Amino acid sequence: MKRSGALLLFPLAVLLSGCDFVVLAPAGDVAVQQRDLLVVSTLLMLLIIVPVMALTVLFAWRYRQSSTTATYTPDWDHSTKLELVIWAAPLLIIICLGALTWLGTHLLDPYRRIDRIEPGQPVTQNHKPLRVEVVALDWKWLFIYPDYGIASVNELAAPVNQPIDFRITSSRVMNSFYIPALAGQIYAMPAMETKLHAVINRPGIYTGFSANYSGAGFSGMRFAFHGVSDQAFTDWVAQAKSAQSTLTRKTYLELERPSENEPVRHYASVDPDLYGAILNLCVEPGKMCMNEMMSIDAKGGLGLAGVRNTLPLQYDKLARRGAVFGSDPSYVASICTAEEAAAASRAARNDDEKSWPLRDLSPLRGVGLLAPGAGSRRADAGMPSLGLLRFEL
Amino acid sequence: MPETLTKFIFGRLTLESLPLHEPIVVATFVVVALGGLAVLGAITYFKLWTYLWREWFTSVDHKKIGIMYMVLGLVMLLRGFSDAIMMRLQQAIAFNGSDGYLNAHHYDQIFTAHGVIMIFFVAMPFVTGLMNFVVPLQIGARDVSFPFLNNFSFWMTVGGAILVMASLFVGEFARTGWLAYPPLSGINYSPDVGVDYYIWALQVAGVGTTLSGINLICTIVKMRAPGMTMMRMPIFTWTSLCTNVLIVASFPVLTAVLTLLALDRYVGTNFFTNDFGGNPMMYVNLIWIWGHPEVYILILPLFGVFSEVTSTFSGKRLFGYTSMVYATVVITILSYLVWLHHFFTMGSGASVNSFFGITTMIISIPTGAKMFNWLFTMYRGRIRFELPMMWTVAFMLTFVVGGMTGVLLAVPPADFVLHNSLFLIAHFHNVIIGGVLFGLFAGIAYWWPKAFGFRLDPFWGKVSFWCWVLGFWFAFMPLYILGLMGVTRRMRVFDDPSLQIWFVIAASGAVLIAAGIAAFLVQIFVSIRKRAELADATGDPWDGRTLEWSTSSPPPAYNFAFTPVIRDNDAWFDMKRAGYRRPLSGFKPIHMPKNTGTGVVLAVFSVALGFGLIWYIWWLAALSFVCLIATAIGHTFNYHRDFDIPAAEVAQTEEARTTLLAAQGARA
Repeated sequence: MKRSGALLLFPLAVLLSGCDFVVLAPAGDVAVQQRDLLVVSTLLMLLIIVPVMALTVLFAWRYRQSSTTATYTPDWDHSTKLELVIWAAPLLIIICLGALTWLGTHLLDPYRRIDRIEPGQPVTQNHKPLRVEVVALDWKWLFIYPDYGIASVNELAAPVNQPIDFRITSSRVMNSFYIPALAGQIYAMPAMETKLHAVINRPGIYTGFSANYSGAGFSGMRFAFHGVSDQAFTDWVAQAKSAQSTLTRKTYLELERPSENEPVRHYASVDPDLYGAILNLCVEPGKMCMNEMMSIDAKGGLGLAGVRNTLPLQYDKLARRGAVFGSDPSYVASICTAEEAAAASRAARNDDEKSWPLRDLSPLRGVGLLAPGAGSRRADAGMPSLGLLRFEL
Repeated sequence: MPETLTKFIFGRLTLESLPLHEPIVVATFVVVALGGLAVLGAITYFKLWTYLWREWFTSVDHKKIGIMYMVLGLVMLLRGFSDAIMMRLQQAIAFNGSDGYLNAHHYDQIFTAHGVIMIFFVAMPFVTGLMNFVVPLQIGARDVSFPFLNNFSFWMTVGGAILVMASLFVGEFARTGWLAYPPLSGINYSPDVGVDYYIWALQVAGVGTTLSGINLICTIVKMRAPGMTMMRMPIFTWTSLCTNVLIVASFPVLTAVLTLLALDRYVGTNFFTNDFGGNPMMYVNLIWIWGHPEVYILILPLFGVFSEVTSTFSGKRLFGYTSMVYATVVITILSYLVWLHHFFTMGSGASVNSFFGITTMIISIPTGAKMFNWLFTMYRGRIRFELPMMWTVAFMLTFVVGGMTGVLLAVPPADFVLHNSLFLIAHFHNVIIGGVLFGLFAGIAYWWPKAFGFRLDPFWGKVSFWCWVLGFWFAFMPLYILGLMGVTRRMRVFDDPSLQIWFVIAASGAVLIAAGIAAFLVQIFVSIRKRAELADATGDPWDGRTLEWSTSSPPPAYNFAFTPVIRDNDAWFDMKRAGYRRPLSGFKPIHMPKNTGTGVVLAVFSVALGFGLIWYIWWLAALSFVCLIATAIGHTFNYHRDFDIPAAEVAQTEEARTTLLAAQGARA
C-alpha cells in the first residue's frame, strides 16, 4: 500500500519539480513578503482544516450503519461546551489571521514606499528610487522612464536592489499590472493612476503581463522584465537612447491604436508632458485635460452655460459606433487650453490682431450661445471680449 | 426594399449577424435545431401539447414550477458545460505557437457565456426550483403566497435563458467576462449586440428572481402551519428564508447597475465612461454589492440541504439547531460587508482593504461552526450511506479546501499575488462545485422520491458521484498549481510549454465531469424505466424528519388534506414518534388557485421587448412593451383565479393513498 502510494506520488513529484512556482519563489523582496504571508496564513488555517477533514472521515467511518459497536444517541443535539469550542476555535484562528492581515496589508500596501531592500538592509538616502510610468495600451505595455527621458514598449528593465516607483495608468480599458517575480499586481485604469513600489533582488529575466482581461489581444499582452546590474542598466538606457524613434504625442496616438503581440520597441526621447496628458485623457491636441476641467468645476464650473458648453473629452468617442439616437450630441468643440489662453493674453497685450487665434470665446462668459446644431460658429465672429481671461491671467 | 425601411423593420439585424462564418457555431446550431425539431416532433406526435400547456406551463402549483425550474437548470447545465469543455480543450492545445481551435472573438464569448449561464441559468434555477418545491411542503402550506407570481417568475427566468441561447445563433454574446466591467462593456469598446444580450437577458431573468424572492419570503413568514414558530422551522426553510432576503435586497442593485450601463450604451449617459465624470470603479463596486451576496444566495440553501440530509441519514436530531440558525443569519448579514474583497487590487488603500479582508475572514467563523455542527450530527449517529449522504461527505471534504483558499484570498497581500489567477478560478469552482453542485445532487437524490414517487437508481448515481468528485479534483487541482505559477485567467494562448501538462490534466478532469453528467442523465432515464421496482408507496423512503415526508409521493395538488399542527422542529419525526395516525374522514373542500397562461404571455412579450432593444428594432420594443403592460393590467381583471377541490375528490385521493399504504403494509 505504502509502496503503491509512493509510486503514485512519484510522477506527481516529477511534474511538480519541473515547475516554476514563481509565486512561491519570487525574486523581489515585496513578493517574498507576500509569499511569506501566504504560507503563514495557510499553515494557520491548516490548524483547523486538517482536524475537520480527519474528523469527517473518522466519524463517517466510525458511525456507519453497519458498525455494531458505535454508540447511538438519536436525541443528543446540544452541548454548550462543545458549542463554545465550535465557535471559539475558528474565532481564535481568525483573530490571529486578522491581526496578521491588518499588519501585512499596511506593511505591504503597494502605495507605501518600501523601507528595505532585503531583510536586514534598510533603504537609505543612497537608494534613489527609479521612477517608471506604466501605461497599459490595447494590447501592449508602454514604460516611460521620466528620469532618463526614454521609453520602451513591452520591455521593462530595472537595476537590482534599487527601489522602483511605478505610476500606472491605462489608455482605454482596465488592465492589471503584474510581474509575479517582483510584487503583487495593481489595476491599471484609464484616467486614473495607481501606484506600486517594489524592488528586484536577483538578476534575471521575468515575465510580466496584464492580469485583467481587456479584450481580444489580452493573451499576448505580455512583456519581459529584466532585473539587471547597475552597469547593465546603464547600457540598456544607452541602447534605448540610441533608438531611431522618439515618442511624441503624435507617435503616441499611432502607438495607442489597438494591436496585438507587439515586438519590443525603444524610444530615444519622450515628450515630458505625455504621461500627464495620457492620464488626463488629453493627448489629442486641443482637448481639455481632465484635471483642468476638474479645476474649473472645483471653482464653481461654467454655470448654466457650461451645461451645453462642456468640452467633450472625446477621448474614446472616436471609436463610437452604432449610437442609438443618431449622431452624438453637439457641443462647443473646444475651450482654449492653457497655452492658447496665454497666447491670447500676449496677443491682447501686444494688441496684435494678426496673432490672435480666430476663435469665438464668448461662450466662456455664457453669452451669445448658439443652440446645438443651429449653424456653425463663425471663425470671424468679430473681436471677442477677453474680460474674463484678462481677469484670470 | 429601400435601406431605411429595412433598417426600420430589422434594426441592426442583418444577414451578416448570423454567425455563418463560425463553423463550430453552425455545427452546434444544426445539432440543436435537429434535437429541438425531434423534441417538438415527439411532443406533437404523442399529442402532448395540450397536456403540457394545461398541466405544466400554465400551472401555478409550486411543485410543478419547482420541477420546471430544475429542468431549465439541467438543460442550461448542458450548455454551460459545453462552454467549459471547449475552454479546457482550447487551453490544453494552445501551446507552442498553436492558436488552438478558437479565435479570440469566439473564445472570449465562450468564457463570458460560461460564467453567466452557470450562475444565472444553472445554479439559480436549480436553487430556486429546490426551494419552490420543498419549502411549502416543509412548512405545511398548500402553495406559495402568490401562486401566479410564481409561474410568472419562472417564465421570466426562461425568457432570460432564451435570450442568452438566442445570442449563440443570432448575433453574438458579450466578450467582456461574466460581470461585464466597463469601460470594456461600454458602447465604445463593445459596440455590437453582445453586451446588450447580456444586459437584457439578465434584466428579464432578474425580474423573475426578485419576484420569486418576495414570494418565498411571504410564504415562509405568513404560511407556516400552526405551531411552527420561527425556531421550529426546518433548517432548509431557514436557509431559504435568508437566501430570499438576500435576493430581495441585492437583485435590485444588479437591476440598477445594469440599467445604468444600458443608459450609457443606449442614450449616451456617462455613468461608467472614462470621461465626462463617468467612473467605471462605481460599476465594479455596485456589481459586487450584488455579486457577493449572490454567492451566498447560491450556497445557503445547499447548507440547508446538507443539514437535512446529515440529520436524516445519521438518524439523529441536527446538532446545534440554534447555532445553525444564528450562523445562517450572521452569514446573511456579513455577506453585505465584504464585496470589496473582489477588487483589493483597485488601490483602495491599506485600511479599507484590511477592513474588507477581515470581515471576509469573519464569515468563515459561522461557516466553520456549521461544518462542526454537521460533524457532531454525524457523531454518535447511525449513518446510512445512501447517495445524498455520499454527496454530503464529499462536500465536507471538498468545501473545506475551498473555504481555506477563500480565506487565503481574503488576505489582501496574498490576493495581490493570486488575484485573477487560475488559483482564484480553482477556489470559486471549489466552493461552487464542491458546495452548490454537490448540494444540488444531494438534494435531487433526496427529494426525487417525494417529487415522483420512486427513488433514483443508486448504481448510476454512484457512477455519477465518483465521476463528478474525481473529475472535480482532476480538473481544478491543476488550476491551483497553475495559479501558484502565476498563470492568469481568461488566457487563450500560452507561450510557456511547461504549463501544458497541467492543462491537459485539467481537461481530462473535465472529461470525467462530462461522464458524471452523462451518468446523471442515464440515472434519470434508468430510474424512469425501473420506476415500478424503485417505487416508494410510503411517501417517507428515508425515514425523514420534516413535514414533506408526511404526505404522499408525489404529493397531491393540495399537499396536505389537513394542515398539520407542529410541536417540535423535527415535526414529522415527532408525529411518527407520537404515533400519528392519518385522518381518514371528515375531509373538507380545499380552496386552491387556478392555472393561468398569463405568465407565459408576459414572458413572451418580455423576450420580444429584449430582442427589440438588443437589435434596435424600436417598433418591436415599443409594441411588446405596450402589450406587456396591457396584459399585466388585463390580468388584474381576471376574477376567476381560484376554485375549490370538492371534498369528495379529496376523500378519493386520500382513499387511494390509504389503499396504497395498506398494500405496502401487507407486503411488509
